Amino acid sequence: MCLTAVLKKKTKFFTISVELTCPDGETLALIGPSGSGKTTIIRMLAGLVTPDEGRIVYRDRVFFDSSRGVNLPPQKRKLGYVFQDYSLFPHLTLYGNAAFAAQDRREVDALLGFFGLTALRDRKPQEVSGGERQRCAVCQALARNPQLLLLDEPFSALDVVTRRLLRNELKKITETRTFPVVYVTHDITEALFIGNTVLPIVGGAIDRAWMERITAPAAGTDARTKAARTTKLALAY
Amino acid sequence: MELLPLYLSAKLATVATLILIGIAAPLAYLLTNFTWPGKSFVEALVNLPIALPPTVIGFYLLFLLGPKGFVGTVWENLFGGTLLFTFTGIVIASIFYSLPFAIQPIKASFEKVDPRLKESAYVLGLSPTATFFRVIIPNSVHGIAAAAILVFLHTMGAFGVVLMVGGSIAGETRVASIAIYEAVESMQYEKAWALSLAFIPIGYGFLLLVNRLTRK
Repeated sequence: MCLTAVLKKKTKFFTISVELTCPDGETLALIGPSGSGKTTIIRMLAGLVTPDEGRIVYRDRVFFDSSRGVNLPPQKRKLGYVFQDYSLFPHLTLYGNAAFAAQDRREVDALLGFFGLTALRDRKPQEVSGGERQRCAVCQALARNPQLLLLDEPFSALDVVTRRLLRNELKKITETRTFPVVYVTHDITEALFIGNTVLPIVGGAIDRAWMERITAPAAGTDARTKAARTTKLALAY
Repeated sequence: MELLPLYLSAKLATVATLILIGIAAPLAYLLTNFTWPGKSFVEALVNLPIALPPTVIGFYLLFLLGPKGFVGTVWENLFGGTLLFTFTGIVIASIFYSLPFAIQPIKASFEKVDPRLKESAYVLGLSPTATFFRVIIPNSVHGIAAAAILVFLHTMGAFGVVLMVGGSIAGETRVASIAIYEAVESMQYEKAWALSLAFIPIGYGFLLLVNRLTRK
């Protein structure tokens, strides 16, 4: 069982044209420079942007099919979506946010506990740190028991240490889930760490040569480092 | 001081404001968050009272609410009786008259809500209606309260429209603004002063409250 998508969308600067697949229980990392179309791709998967052409299918459910005129709204795709920056509801506490679309309150408590937010559950988003807000955003997305998790550069606004901590926590929790995860980032280390598969997107298209270029070892790199890099890239693909 | 006209003005403003917020909030949501055919025509129509003199609006409403007018006929068929020269009539007239003054500030407060919150609600499974009640309204409370106060004050001061539709029936349609006009006409300046002075603290106090609400 997997998520498959064939997407075409004309933007102001280029045409996005990609095909992607993500099996259940795996994480697909979309990596690319800023403005390469990654966010538009994940927004198309969520139903927040409509592709010009294509098809998005998860298990037997057709989310989008331009040839048949099918386009499920985001509400019917049963997603977990974590936005690039803080999109928590400012009028609710962290608990209220995490439980916003939850079906099981015990699951909310467990998630808040896992992410170390139990003591902050009654605080408003504007009263906690950026890292805590994004942890809560991940709780909110997972608490609704989604059939697909989409994360759009969720930790890009955070400092390096917090970002590393959060991605470790995220990896730990997604490894226990059976749904596909699509993770957008512009950080190559993050993509290689989180993704079972890494898909480089440049100018709206898959560009593996770009990935090779940016991860190429500098002149004079020793053989051991080169071998480690080759192994990691092979694993990533 | 004769308190009945002031009481009637406050009653009219309170009823009209409550109804107007109920009408204006969903309409402002439709105008700010969705695109639909004829949207700009509807928006211009609800804003039309801003561009018309109150007596002109009152004149049209006199016919619309009258026994041969559309609203007047429907009212008579449903409830019997007439709308002209009644309190209900001046409430309906005030709603038409003050609608743009409710729509504009509510629209502005909805536009201030981060659009990402709406997307966030959608991906969490909320319908546009549920998003309105669970996300948009709670994040626009100050703006809606400010709009309610402005509409209340605007209706408190209504004159031309109320006079045209309601005339001046004591205890029914003779609101404070009409009582002041009549007092001046009959050279009862003391009465006019007393009623006019009452408007200053009411208006000033409410405007201070609006400043406080819109600053948040």
